[in-house]
Amino acid sequence: MDLRGRPKCCSLHLGILPLIVVALVFFGYGFVSHRSQELGDSEAVTRVAVGELDVQEVVALSRMVYAQPKALTPSRKDVLVLTPWLAPIIWEGTFNIDILNEQFRLQNTTVGLTVFAIKKFVVFLKLFLETAEQQFMVGHKVIYYVFTDHPADVPQVPLGAGRKLVVLTVRNYTRWQDVSMHRMEMISRFSEQRFLHEVDYLVCADVDMKFSDHVGVEILSALFGTLHPGFYSRSREAFTYERRPKSQAYIPWDEGDFYYMGAFFGGSVWEVYHLTKACHQAMVEDKANGIEAVWHDESYLNKYLLHHKPTKVLSPEYMWDQQLLGWPSIMKKLRYVAVPKNHQAIRN
Amino acid sequence: MLRWWMAGAGAEELRLGRPKRCTIHLGILPLIVFALVFFGYGFGSHRSQELGDSEAVTRMVYAQPKVLTPSRKDVLVLTPWLAPIIWEGTFNIDILNEQFRLQNTTVGLTVFAIKKYVVFLKLFLETAEQQFMVGHKVIYYVFTDCPADVPQVPLGAGRKLVVLTVRNYTRWQDVSMHRMEMISRFSEQRFLHEVDYLVCADVDMKFSDHVGVEILSALFGTLHPGFYSSSREAFTYERRPESQAYIPWDEGDFYYMGAFFGGSVVEVYHLTKACHQAIVQDMANGIEAVWHDESHLNKYLLHHKPTKVLSPEYMWDQQLLGWPSIMKKLRYVAVPKNHQAIRN
Repeated sequence: MDLRGRPKCCSLHLGILPLIVVALVFFGYGFVSHRSQELGDSEAVTRVAVGELDVQEVVALSRMVYAQPKALTPSRKDVLVLTPWLAPIIWEGTFNIDILNEQFRLQNTTVGLTVFAIKKFVVFLKLFLETAEQQFMVGHKVIYYVFTDHPADVPQVPLGAGRKLVVLTVRNYTRWQDVSMHRMEMISRFSEQRFLHEVDYLVCADVDMKFSDHVGVEILSALFGTLHPGFYSRSREAFTYERRPKSQAYIPWDEGDFYYMGAFFGGSVWEVYHLTKACHQAMVEDKANGIEAVWHDESYLNKYLLHHKPTKVLSPEYMWDQQLLGWPSIMKKLRYVAVPKNHQAIRN
Repeated sequence: MLRWWMAGAGAEELRLGRPKRCTIHLGILPLIVFALVFFGYGFGSHRSQELGDSEAVTRMVYAQPKVLTPSRKDVLVLTPWLAPIIWEGTFNIDILNEQFRLQNTTVGLTVFAIKKYVVFLKLFLETAEQQFMVGHKVIYYVFTDCPADVPQVPLGAGRKLVVLTVRNYTRWQDVSMHRMEMISRFSEQRFLHEVDYLVCADVDMKFSDHVGVEILSALFGTLHPGFYSSSREAFTYERRPESQAYIPWDEGDFYYMGAFFGGSVVEVYHLTKACHQAIVQDMANGIEAVWHDESHLNKYLLHHKPTKVLSPEYMWDQQLLGWPSIMKKLRYVAVPKNHQAIRN
């Protein structure tokens, strides 16, 4: 560059030009890498479209010995194990947990579990956390995110190695419906601010429950919902979707795959962020139009999962109420079950 | 994440009273800002996981899936590591087509037509035009040593053919095995920038029924039609420990066919690169795996579990195996050939 005879005010611009070029290169690299996919080692992140919307990695496993899968022998003959869009439906017998554990450990997977203990619901935390310690993602890194308005009442539960608990203090709402629905807003906000940097997957669960059997990495995928135990054998006309066209959660009679339960959903942080943000925005819209969906956040969840198909679906093993529904032979395990509660007393 | 650079870009302010010679620099600055914004958008979108990933499927009407009614009662449709095994009846192609079209998916199909094998290209391509990824963007990558002999086959909209001229090998085993090297090299150089998924197929075949987006995923293999009902001890894995393709008697999920595999470009790159390196290593150690590239493919897929597995509907030989009731469709089938004549 020839700087002679050039007015001083131009040198600042010339000085900036190289910086701008560097910036262009830096951003340009990002752009080009985006269109192309990253090479690298076998741990390279693969951006996979649609079927698996999350970060998909095919990792190298070491030698494992287990029974051979037989192509002519279905794992379950009594239930559907694959949705029409090829998402696995997780039932006992469909998966080998040793293979899955190996795959997820090789990626050093960290799972966040969000739970809301607002007002009197703090009383459920102890059993929830103690049973999670026994059954939830054992052997993997876990962060419990406990949202509460009573941080002092969060019990001290001993945690295993690689597991920690974070208390997030939030406001409460007077109506239990609002408490329930605002979970969507809070999860989306904290996903962006915090969860993105701390965990790979988020599991969003109700607190008035306990883990009674294994709940592990078999559930993890870009986006998952859980079959509501009251509707898995019903026709779609019986699903308690929101049926008023005015609501953002509206689903017509001739649409709908499953009825998902609002109490247990999750996925990659990004997908959970999208889901919770969309649900929150839908609720805000409905509120402005003077309507509240019949089953609150669950109605919006169902609308979202109709149009954004989950990449895994959990069977009702993952969401059960033994008091109401007993123990049918189709349930080989009851993994996450309702804790008896006095609805009126606890909701105030 | 997009917000910070936009704020910076918007904060540019032009000063008054500057000398004329500076105006060209100031004129360029908005262009540079624009370019930054343009590239920055790409960067922002890449670094974060695509916010738009789960594209919304619009209203669709179809029969309700029934939880208590398995789609197939006669076959396994899910591997123990939760990869779908694709059989007729397991999928609704309308939902899948919608999902993949929303992503503007482009599929590359690689096929090798070396020496006399060019004669198979016409039927392969004509039937692919009828059956393979119809409605989606397709690029055929035809590897050949006889580019002049590649037939002119009319292609549908959004579909094109690229001829890649490569060397041949004397031994048919080497022709077969070097496909791994060539695919890995072109994946890095070219396919990465042109397609989302790669499907790597043998040429002496034809498409006889639908082969579509239901097969697409990070990494897929296809069940060999001769072994899907066999015990693992009967699989013709490489059994000599000296070979890189060695698999012990007590290991193995399935026996995959070398003639039809694929996945995302990155995963196919890793697979083909690894197989090629294993083949080179074996060569240096004076050993050649019993079923060549197929042996190495099976070793790779044992340790890198595929995310989808295709049933033998996707790899059949009606002459040898007939049409059992378990096969609801025969999608990709062998074309009769005189092995000795064609391999020279």
